[in-house]
Amino acid sequence: MFDKTLAELASGLENGDFSSVELTQTYLDRIKAEDSKYNSYITVTEEHALAQAKAADEARAAGNASAFTGLPIAQKDIFCTDGVKTSCASKMLDNFVAPYNATVVDKFNAAGAVMLGKTNMDEFAMGSSNESSFYGPSRNPWDTDRVPGGSSGGSAAAVAARLAPAATGTDTGGSIRQPAALCGITGLKPTYGRVSRFGMIAFASSLDQGGPMTRTAEDAAMMLNVMAGFDHRDSTSMQVEVPDYTADLNQPLKGLTIGLPKEYFPQDLSPAIAMQVQNAVKEFEAMGATVKEVSLPNTALAIPAYYIVAPAEASSNLSRFDGVRYGYRCESPVDLEDLYKRSRGEGFGPEVQRRIMVGTYALSEGFYDAYYKKAQQIRRLIKQDFVNALNECDVIMGPTTPHPAFKLGEKTSDPVAMYMEDIFTIALNLAGLPGMSIPCGQTEGLPVGLQIIGDYFAEQKLLNVAHQFQLATDWHKQTPDGI
Amino acid sequence: MALDRSDVEKIAHLARLQIDEQEIPQYTENLSSILDLVNQMQAVDTSDIEPMANSHDAVQRLRADEVTEQNNREKLQSIAPAAEAGLFQVPKVIE
Repeated sequence: MFDKTLAELASGLENGDFSSVELTQTYLDRIKAEDSKYNSYITVTEEHALAQAKAADEARAAGNASAFTGLPIAQKDIFCTDGVKTSCASKMLDNFVAPYNATVVDKFNAAGAVMLGKTNMDEFAMGSSNESSFYGPSRNPWDTDRVPGGSSGGSAAAVAARLAPAATGTDTGGSIRQPAALCGITGLKPTYGRVSRFGMIAFASSLDQGGPMTRTAEDAAMMLNVMAGFDHRDSTSMQVEVPDYTADLNQPLKGLTIGLPKEYFPQDLSPAIAMQVQNAVKEFEAMGATVKEVSLPNTALAIPAYYIVAPAEASSNLSRFDGVRYGYRCESPVDLEDLYKRSRGEGFGPEVQRRIMVGTYALSEGFYDAYYKKAQQIRRLIKQDFVNALNECDVIMGPTTPHPAFKLGEKTSDPVAMYMEDIFTIALNLAGLPGMSIPCGQTEGLPVGLQIIGDYFAEQKLLNVAHQFQLATDWHKQTPDGI
Repeated sequence: MALDRSDVEKIAHLARLQIDEQEIPQYTENLSSILDLVNQMQAVDTSDIEPMANSHDAVQRLRADEVTEQNNREKLQSIAPAAEAGLFQVPKVIE
């Protein structure tokens, strides 16, 4: 049962092959037996899950089932869950039981989904390897000596290890797409403003976006049907109609124009990755797509601009953690300043502290124009690059990451080397565009991800393109050894 | 761009972060290398470019000035490190 996709599980439930309680119990048993190898969950919500499953079965028996009723998923531990610990993988929130639900959580509840638990991640979503988690790193199911990527690494590992059929993630600079690529699963970062950020603990508010992490594009469409939509509680939520994301999956790709940015195939790109991506593009050509070279000339500026915008917004967002209202408080503070400084110094890990300090510096008196304003101007150049390229093609393709999964500890001593892993994903967040990563090959037994980028609110097109690839290939069906 | 020890101490103070004495050299090195990275931006002339804070250039949405939230003080304060009589408790700030 655990090797089925969400779509297959949905028909199993509908046909009465198994109940949601049986399905949920299967996953809970698997998590108990297997997750010590992957550390993909921070919290498993067994009782809560079984109660939701029972309610889903009752709803189905009463004739009130909808597409998602009784399907189990995992939530990244960045989404607030009423009455359930919501840690953001930080010591700062280790004792935080959220007093309300994120909109995304409310929507899954309303759809009748079952929450299996909360997944591991980089602390406050700051990282590309999951190694900054207060609860220890999650591990890559393809090789447990390697990272699952980050920040949504626990969600990616859980889906790859079949410890959840699907999970939510969030993506500020690649945090859905990069771990999806490294763990051989499908991940979608929607257009900025498509999925509500309410109750999704803020890292960089102008870049953060929640999205699905699944085995297939079809499953991602099912998840996005639940997640997407306007929310008056999110001031940057966009009032744009939500289509049925499963409706166009079977459209043929004849006539599709694929743009390949030359900047996404640099000289030093791993030849194995370049080859797998080229092979995937040939697959699309065989389906009737045409390919042309495009250019995103400001690509090299994306990481520098991001490492001002994201830390500046983070330093502002994370100022709320002060040891006063909720979260960690230091022992015996002597005065208010000591309370703030020690609660924050002891509660945040090193990567979070580094980013708060970079952001504080960039926003401090006299530096605003040179850093924050400059980065915002470069954002516009980067957006314009994509707008120009997307005038010449329907979708842009390239590698999701420059390398396959790296070893635990390999990049922890050099933050800048870690940041460079996000070279192909980060620009999208600055531009606010949607992007996907789907498995398109392997190198030395490790998955390789193909990134597909589309125009604003073109998630339906991305899902269609990804689904057609998955009908023609079986990279998404590969399973790590021992699972 | 090289920061020195006193820069890092000043930034940490502004951010209200207590950092260990022995960690300052490491932070100094890391922050300097991050600033070297971000300073690549300075090579580009952006003088005529309008800064972009929101990718849709959206503006702040307004709503009617009506009470929409309920008072959840008890629930919200139940997770506070120290609260009493509806107030959050902090060390004494007025002598």
